[in-house]
Amino acid sequence: MQHERTDPAPWEPVDPDVDLRHDRPVRRTGDTAVLTVIAAGGAIGAVARYLVGQAWPTPTGSFPWATLVINVVGCGLIGILMVVVSEVLTQQRLIRPFLGTGVLGGFTTFSTYALDIQQLIANRHPGTALLYLGATVAGALIAVWATATTTRALVAR
Amino acid sequence: MSVLLVIAGAVIGAPLRYLTDRAVQKRHDSAFPWGTISVNVVGSLILGVVAGASTASALPHQVQLVVGTGLCGALTTYSTFSYETLRLYEDGGRFLAVANVAVSIVAGLGSVFLGVAISQAIWP
Repeated sequence: MQHERTDPAPWEPVDPDVDLRHDRPVRRTGDTAVLTVIAAGGAIGAVARYLVGQAWPTPTGSFPWATLVINVVGCGLIGILMVVVSEVLTQQRLIRPFLGTGVLGGFTTFSTYALDIQQLIANRHPGTALLYLGATVAGALIAVWATATTTRALVAR
Repeated sequence: MSVLLVIAGAVIGAPLRYLTDRAVQKRHDSAFPWGTISVNVVGSLILGVVAGASTASALPHQVQLVVGTGLCGALTTYSTFSYETLRLYEDGGRFLAVANVAVSIVAGLGSVFLGVAISQAIWP
């Protein structure tokens, strides 16, 4: 493996929701509080996703722009959030479960992404399906990389 | 009313994602995000079943909103998946990052196709 590669942010976890290797063993906030803020945040994120979908419907067989934009925006926001909670607001134990696991986890969706691709293929639009598949992955990864890198640079100044 | 149905599904889906992720991550010792892959696969399977049943008009629209938009939407996540891929790339190496994308997409798509096929078998 490429162990000579240097991690630009070793203090950031891999899993933004649960990282047992990075999380401090002593939890000051109880499970109930964590689960409550995750549920509340998840409801806010899911309603936002539903309302965007209602305002910007995707006709059958066309490119699912609303879901793509929801997922790319959510990935951009988690890049900012994770740097801020890992480097600035390190004592705020409920911000990450509320905004990251809850709001952004509820806002973005993998299942709708997968179903969009299945529906496009079933409706004989394999080219659009492939384009959507690739554009979402590329857009999501570029967004999270760009925001995390920029936020790290701003925080370090 | 529709918004309340979405909320009813999401308040179950989001904590279920957290609890599943935690339970899966406790059971293995690598940085590979099997927890997130698990919720994305299960959520895609359920959404495939719901979508297949909806096409066959076997499910009321309210159930689609609770289970599909609310529960499956909140159970699965793209933001966690993308951040984990970035951190694997920075921390664990390119192979793990590429493997995470490949496994997530192949397993997620496989699940949604399987879910639709299950519904089509039940409601032909």
